[in-house]
Amino acid sequence: MRFGVIRFPGSCDETDALDAAARVGEAVILCHADRDLQGVDAVVVPGGFSYGDYLRAGAIARFAPVMDEVADFARAGGLVLGICNGFQVLCEAGLLPGALLPNASLKFVCRQVSLDVVDADTRFTRECPPTLSIPVKHTTGRYYAPEPVNVLLRYAPAQNPNGSQDDIAGVCNGEGNVFGLMPHPEHAVDPLTGSADGLKIFESMRAHVEHSVVV
Amino acid sequence: MSSTASLSRHRALGLTDYEYELILESLAREPNDVELAMLSLMWSEHCAYKHSRRLLGRLPTKGPHVLLGPGENSGVVDVGGGVAVAFKVESHNHPSAVEPFQGAATGVGGIVRDIFAVGARPIAVLDSLRFGELSSERSRYLLERAVAGIGHYGNSIGVPTVGGELYFEPSYEQNCLINAMCLGIAPHERLIRSAAAGVGNAVVLLGALTGRDGIGGASVLASAELGEGDSDKRPSVQIGDPFAEKKLMECCLELLDRGLLVSLQDLGAAGLTSSASEMASKGNVGLDIDVSKVPLREPGMEPFEIMISESQERMLCVIEPGRLDEVVEVCEKWETLSTAIGEVTESGRVRVLDGDDLVGDLPVEVLVDACPTYELRPTPVAPVSGAAPSLDETDAAGRLLELLASPNLCSRAPVFEQYDWIVQSRTVRRPDQADAAVLQLPDGSAIAVSIDGNGRRVGCDPRVGAAEAVYECAANLACVGAEPLGATNCLNFGNPEKPNVAWQLTEAVQGIAEACEALGVPIVGGNVSLYNESPDGPICPTPVIGMVGKLPDASKAGRLGFADEGDAIALVGDFEPSLNGSELTKSVGPLPPADANAVRDAQEAVRCGIRSGALKNAHDVSDGGLAVAIAECCLAGGIGGTVEWSGDLFGEAPGRAFIVSGQAPPGQVIGRVGGDSLEIAGRLKLSLSDLASARDGGLRYA
Amino acid sequence: MRARVLIRPKQGILDPQGQVVERALPALGFKGVRNVHVGRLIELDVDDPGQLPEMCERLLANPLIEDYEIVE
Repeated sequence: MRFGVIRFPGSCDETDALDAAARVGEAVILCHADRDLQGVDAVVVPGGFSYGDYLRAGAIARFAPVMDEVADFARAGGLVLGICNGFQVLCEAGLLPGALLPNASLKFVCRQVSLDVVDADTRFTRECPPTLSIPVKHTTGRYYAPEPVNVLLRYAPAQNPNGSQDDIAGVCNGEGNVFGLMPHPEHAVDPLTGSADGLKIFESMRAHVEHSVVV
Repeated sequence: MSSTASLSRHRALGLTDYEYELILESLAREPNDVELAMLSLMWSEHCAYKHSRRLLGRLPTKGPHVLLGPGENSGVVDVGGGVAVAFKVESHNHPSAVEPFQGAATGVGGIVRDIFAVGARPIAVLDSLRFGELSSERSRYLLERAVAGIGHYGNSIGVPTVGGELYFEPSYEQNCLINAMCLGIAPHERLIRSAAAGVGNAVVLLGALTGRDGIGGASVLASAELGEGDSDKRPSVQIGDPFAEKKLMECCLELLDRGLLVSLQDLGAAGLTSSASEMASKGNVGLDIDVSKVPLREPGMEPFEIMISESQERMLCVIEPGRLDEVVEVCEKWETLSTAIGEVTESGRVRVLDGDDLVGDLPVEVLVDACPTYELRPTPVAPVSGAAPSLDETDAAGRLLELLASPNLCSRAPVFEQYDWIVQSRTVRRPDQADAAVLQLPDGSAIAVSIDGNGRRVGCDPRVGAAEAVYECAANLACVGAEPLGATNCLNFGNPEKPNVAWQLTEAVQGIAEACEALGVPIVGGNVSLYNESPDGPICPTPVIGMVGKLPDASKAGRLGFADEGDAIALVGDFEPSLNGSELTKSVGPLPPADANAVRDAQEAVRCGIRSGALKNAHDVSDGGLAVAIAECCLAGGIGGTVEWSGDLFGEAPGRAFIVSGQAPPGQVIGRVGGDSLEIAGRLKLSLSDLASARDGGLRYA
Repeated sequence: MRARVLIRPKQGILDPQGQVVERALPALGFKGVRNVHVGRLIELDVDDPGQLPEMCERLLANPLIEDYEIVE
């Protein structure tokens, strides 16, 4: 199982995502300017402040050369995980529906939150227990989508940190191979620094890839 | 240039007549505009430490773990395993009073640069903030904007903000204090000094374009009259760009990993002038700088402007000419500008060229060493005599709730939740989980860090109060099981030319020195911020101490909260509290000095107990006294306790006493963990939910 | 030529910044203020102003959540 973690100028959680993925399989960094996905089985678009969040979060990163390849990869059914800024990039790129708006409080919020896994029958959640404890940290995490979407994760009651509609924390596309979430599973891989619930998402992805038949 | 005209010029730039005469003597001629601008900044209080340099010589700076002492971009200590920790604290008080968001943000930017300037990867930021009372709209505004600015910068560059302190006192209403501390780690081989070396080597400027940031007062030297509508040409507020700094940081670290740099220096106050001067001075060489090569953000900048600009996110380095191509390649990868702007020479002078024209030529020695230092003229302030106020015993419960809800003691979650405290995945103890932040290292050990000060207590007794800051910092480290390795200090004081402030400064430095010597903790770097005063008077004298320590096993890091029903609660240390200088009374009066031996013994007992696992929690008794400390342990652990205590509930004596718990803890057993309320027999009983409501609602702002 | 693009949140989407400003103005004594929204201004020199709408659609604005107005 090989994960590719994209690094944009300004990404800051890509190293942690790399370390998290490396606990579950092989993991490599994919440079924003390269068009080579290095044969990975899954792409992780990490958190951070790509291009300083200038203009809009993710608005410039979505045009990075590597993102053309990610779009092709996604269209062909490849697994794509977008974390926080990565979620913003995927929405800007049209690989996921909806958009992320400024938090209702207008403040950055960094907090451990409980998440309800509302759809456990997906490539990203099959190995997950019913609830996950994972940190969030963002200023622009209020999810908005005018049309119905496939919700995978919701903030547990009274835990919504940003005012997102229907307490949505993570959604996937119609085909179920592209998943974006605001919480940071890569920061929940070791009980010493919090919880290890985030690993389950990476493990779910590995389980899917290992059980897939190679065509 | 007539001497009358130059007389008024130098005064407008902040040089005294005496200082200007010294310059004339040293140069044996008048300085031109470029040179005068450079000298006025290098000889300013901020750069030259004129009033504090002699005093700072009193501080102990040597220790077995010290790799780089004061004088480099930041101090560095060895933590073992081939790993070094760089750290430093700096103030950004005056810019933050003007524009708190950008002032605080660029304060973080500046201190982070000081860390990667020695080759360390920044891994944590802490901030020590002081404002006027929360009832003041201006203080609420400063608090909100400063916190937002720190978050904006630190979060964007991917360095976690893991701790800090926050105080509200009337004394800071006109002069807020924003002190930012950063620490970073490096393999020993990647450490680099700032001394320029190698005659013929290239001097290269990295990072952002140079604009007119920070030129301010020196604009009297501008050749063109800047008119009314030209205020935007003289920005007094530096705008920080954390995106640019993130790229600059990664670029510098990679340049160092590849061994491409001979020396490295960050550009801070006085920009190119101070960097070039310091690098030349340390290396005993000269530097030629060609300002026409400096990439500019504004057209038509004059040489003096380019030399003193304080545009952010820039570094200066020295490289061997043969390696310039490799350097450019790394810089391009990180989208960071790199421009060769000069050369290392053997002249012992800083020469400023504009293309082929020599526009400034000063001996390094005049820029860096010849500035006079001034002896302080302290006049002791008569100590306030008389016993501390006594309190009647009624309503101890009400007092405790009031204290927990008070701005200096209530929950800081509304602040630290605006900071990313988890990025880089090293944070083993989060801001509310222990008295010090704990950051794990790859080998399973961990670094602990704390920042502490108490202006009000230093105001009561500068020597004792300043020593307490050192002891309290070390106590916080002991609570997580860490042994101190080194400290940094930021001295925030009023006008040192006033005899009472001079006395406070002298006594405080003495107190810090004595406490550091007693604990064997060297000061490896720091900062001085003077002239923090208004027509109402100076701020409380506020020395702030940042301390770094090490613990061998990250998984054993201590916690703040009580753990298990039935554990014994104990008080460790000599505890003779006084209500003077306390949060409860804010009364002014003599403070009980700490017994250094007793402090050392108590801290050692706590540290050992945490490391061995014998202690399930440890929390030092500081602001608010014993009752507050026990309440905080209950709240952090989510479990109550029953305590027998007939002594002072709210008197304080920081740095020397601890509340701990375990099956058989050291010290004086005073109670048991358990239940859902805190009971101090015969004196108060409060439910956990009452305690929580008081503490969680306190910091209301915006 | 010098073009200016105004970008504002789409009607109907919660605009907390606008709400905060709308509350702050009366607190300073300004009466009769309603319907405040906070957006962004982008100024640029362009050789071909005909390209501006496409620039807005593709990069400068997010049409799902923002409206834009090109002002000459």
